[in-house]
Amino acid sequence: MSYQANFRVWRGDSSGGGLEPYQVEVNEGEVVLDIVHRLQATQAPDLAVRWNCKAGKCGSCSAEVNGRPRLLCMTRMSTLPPDEPVTITPMRTFPVLRDLVTDVSFNYTKAREVPSFVPPQGLKPGEYRMAQEDVNRSQEFRKCIECFLCQNTCHVVRDHEENKPAFSGPRFLMRVAELDMHPLDAAAEEGLDRKRSAQEEHGLGMCNITKCCTEVCPEHIKITDNALIPLKERAVDRKYDPLVWLGSVIKRRK
Amino acid sequence: MTEVERHTYDVVVVGAGGAGLRAAIEAREQGMRTAIICKSLFGKAHTVMAEGGIAASMGNVNSDDNWQTHFRDTMRGGKFLNHWRMAELHAQEAPDRVWELETWGALFDRTKDGRISQRNFGGHEYPRLAHVGDRTGLELIRTLQQKVVSLQQEDFKEYGDHEARIKVFQEYTVTRVLKGHSVRGEDRVSGVFGYQRESGRFFTIEAPAVVLATGGIGKSFKVTSNSWEYTGDGHALALLAGATLVNMEFVQFHPTGMVWPPSVKGILVTESVRGDGGVLRNSEGKRFMFDYIPDVFRAQYAETEAEGDRWYSDQANNRRPPELLPRDEVARAINSEVKAGRGTPHGGVYLDVSTRLPAEEIRRRLPSMHHQFKELADVDITAEPMEVGPTCHYVMGGVEVDPDTAAASVPGLYAAGEVAGGMHGSNRLGGNSLSDLLVFGRRAGLHASLYAAALAERPELDEEQISAAAEEALNPFEGTGGDGPSENPYTVHQELQQTMNDLVGIIRREAEVAEALQRLVGLRERAERAVVEGHRQFNPGWHLALDLRNMLLVSECVARAALERTESRGGHTREDHPQMDSAWRKVNLICSLAEKGGADGSDGQIALVRKDNPPIRADLLALFETSELKKYLTDGELPSATIPEQRTDADADVDADVPDGAEQ
Ligand SMILES: Cc1cc2nc3c(=O)[nH]c(=O)nc-3n(C[C@H](O)[C@H](O)[C@H](O)COP(=O)(O)OP(=O)(O)OC[C@H]3O[C@@H](n4cnc5c(N)ncnc54)[C@H](O)[C@@H]3O)c2cc1C
Ligand code: SF4
Ligand code: SF4
Ligand code: FES
Repeated sequence: MSYQANFRVWRGDSSGGGLEPYQVEVNEGEVVLDIVHRLQATQAPDLAVRWNCKAGKCGSCSAEVNGRPRLLCMTRMSTLPPDEPVTITPMRTFPVLRDLVTDVSFNYTKAREVPSFVPPQGLKPGEYRMAQEDVNRSQEFRKCIECFLCQNTCHVVRDHEENKPAFSGPRFLMRVAELDMHPLDAAAEEGLDRKRSAQEEHGLGMCNITKCCTEVCPEHIKITDNALIPLKERAVDRKYDPLVWLGSVIKRRK
Repeated sequence: MTEVERHTYDVVVVGAGGAGLRAAIEAREQGMRTAIICKSLFGKAHTVMAEGGIAASMGNVNSDDNWQTHFRDTMRGGKFLNHWRMAELHAQEAPDRVWELETWGALFDRTKDGRISQRNFGGHEYPRLAHVGDRTGLELIRTLQQKVVSLQQEDFKEYGDHEARIKVFQEYTVTRVLKGHSVRGEDRVSGVFGYQRESGRFFTIEAPAVVLATGGIGKSFKVTSNSWEYTGDGHALALLAGATLVNMEFVQFHPTGMVWPPSVKGILVTESVRGDGGVLRNSEGKRFMFDYIPDVFRAQYAETEAEGDRWYSDQANNRRPPELLPRDEVARAINSEVKAGRGTPHGGVYLDVSTRLPAEEIRRRLPSMHHQFKELADVDITAEPMEVGPTCHYVMGGVEVDPDTAAASVPGLYAAGEVAGGMHGSNRLGGNSLSDLLVFGRRAGLHASLYAAALAERPELDEEQISAAAEEALNPFEGTGGDGPSENPYTVHQELQQTMNDLVGIIRREAEVAEALQRLVGLRERAERAVVEGHRQFNPGWHLALDLRNMLLVSECVARAALERTESRGGHTREDHPQMDSAWRKVNLICSLAEKGGADGSDGQIALVRKDNPPIRADLLALFETSELKKYLTDGELPSATIPEQRTDADADVDADVPDGAEQ
């Protein structure tokens, strides 16, 4: 069941590069990452790629296969047309370091900008009580493996370097939603309005709910429907609700 | 002089998995400037793959659970070879470590009354594993990662710099622990040396205390559930720094790894499948585990399928199904079934949950498994059985540490998590690793901090060691490793994996292990001649060439200890010595780096000695029936008649206050 496949792999670094052709054996059941490993072992020992778990759990092996953002370890060869060359390129939204490896530090910077969970006062460790129904939603968002494919895909920053400073991207807007929906998060008590900060600090307004992020998420998290839209609705509620608006204006004047 | 990026910290933690992050959080909270180093990106460490859960006797699902019961289960699982003090501390502190995670934002699955839910797992008497579906490791790592970020946010407020007191050096690899001298001329840790993956440039971090939290060794075996990071770096770093490893022969083969298609062979199928009702069948459709209940466990396991099935709903009046025996037992049973010709077409056995739970329930409880089989094997586990077989999963052996402080024998060196030895004895129970990471990660961070803070003067870095380390790291580019043809590091690695898999695998024989030791010598010579192409920037061939040193050192430890221990126990099965032998329970096998040329005249790099396993404290022994202890201990070790057979828990609590270190 083995066959020879044609691959084109982007090789290069920050100063430039291009697609290199390779011919390589493919066996039954293999995923694209297997082929990259075979290339390393036989033809291109210094071909740079990130991976860890090879089981879709760590989110390291993100790249683009035939132009589609994917995990290399979860893309089976059998899902690709056998008679056409397979093109592997690095994620486009982040600067290339070498070959398939990109500089994803943008994401770590954005992660730091989201204020952390605020533990409730007066509850000691072991005293937390939460109903399963109330944690389901935040748990869905915590399935995120930080592959950054959604960040890579979102058109707000893909090819728009200038938007990066103001926009946290779907992954980290979803993190705001996750904390906002956490039943015991005490941010509000500390004077932090997570909904407003999503709008004002993390660029929620730039998202126009195209759902491209949801489409590429390997964890099948409904980023747009379950995190971004509800966050938007509530952010809007607050912003335009006259009473809340008045209250916040008064507060700010103090 | 070699160009080296230089940093100075109080505590360096090598590893950003559960153990490393918990250690670093503790060190930072103790006021230490703390560096975390990891080979891959922050948040990707191996811990992320853990599935089933984290064991802690919180008693949320069955209030009869307590630390004594957890301790008992852990000792039984490890066949009493565990360092009893580690097992005790682990059982006592695990609940606090789990609850603490909630205050950092973790969201575990809940019970009906809103507490942390707990699930059944092999070898645990009560439902004990806190979990989040089957992605518990992800929750653990993300929570710790986010706690680190929250500490950085605090520092930003105070100092205007996120990294003022805790910094993650991601995609940095340590290749040497450096040592200096104290005033008294005593050898001790002075920092670490390594390279950055991205640029290939070298770095040093000067620090008086180094915590190793580098995880395991699975990448020395061909079929493994482990990631590329598991090249035994921490084990090797400890050896090279003069520390010792304990009981390296104990390697856990998880009974259920995927077997088909070949490219995913070894990927883990979580034990939760069995914990939630899944059963093992051979090609004849028989639930064969009932034939494999060993005598030591007979009292605790069901004799009939009906009893086993009733246990899921009524644990008070029924015994557990034998699918939930400790992992070593199940792995050997599967191995035997396949050998006897009752395996599946792809050389495994069937693991079936599809006839045991409604499809909806399977998708809810085992989402990752459902996804994994669908995506990688075209198997829908809600409709058909999985094919599974043993896979190299975990190493029980590791750096020999003081149980209370996690200190290795070299001053300033600490180890926690999978890289440390002792805690799990000859076999680890599922769920006991994640709790181990937190309990001993915290302890290592704490004691490394206390040590660093108490030092009058910090040892300085030694430039000669730095140049030597740089030279060693550059060897693969120069091709200076002796006469003979140059070697491809990938080929050497594949042969190493095949050797360990075939000759020092799940079932071992004297001649084969001896043969493996021979081959390791040859592989080491070839590894020294490994030559890599290209340059130093993100060059995987180079990285592998450097990792080979570590894998070869560790593999030799495993093989040497496996040859020495002439009994079968837990994760070490000798076909030529199939019995467990109480005399061997008292023996720990200790590996250290040999003088060149080996005193025993062998070509090895490792010296092996026997050392007494310290006797178990009397009040802990009293937690067991004498009849059970007789299965494990020699007559001389059995509690004397003056000690009451069974004590109440209250008594044991009082006794647990024996001063720390009374035994070591
Ligand atoms: C598939 C799978 C499922 C599992 N499920 C469970 C479970 O349900 N429950 C349970 O209790 N246990 C489980 N385990 C076991 C458990 O996950 C591991 O034992 C545990 O996560 C190890 O954690 P650690 O902190 O010791 O190391 P790791 O999480 O592996 O972290 C090691 C760290 O060290 C770094 N490192 C290594 N070498 C170097 C070096 N030379 N220089 C710099 N950094 C280095 C790595 O980059 C990494 O950051 C599972 C294991 C596997 C493989
Ligand atoms: S839905 Fe919003 S965040 Fe997602 S891709 Fe579209 S614009 Fe970006
Ligand atoms: S939300 Fe999905 S796509 Fe985005 S980083 Fe997380 S797992 Fe990846
Ligand atoms: S290697 Fe971990 S997700 Fe692909």
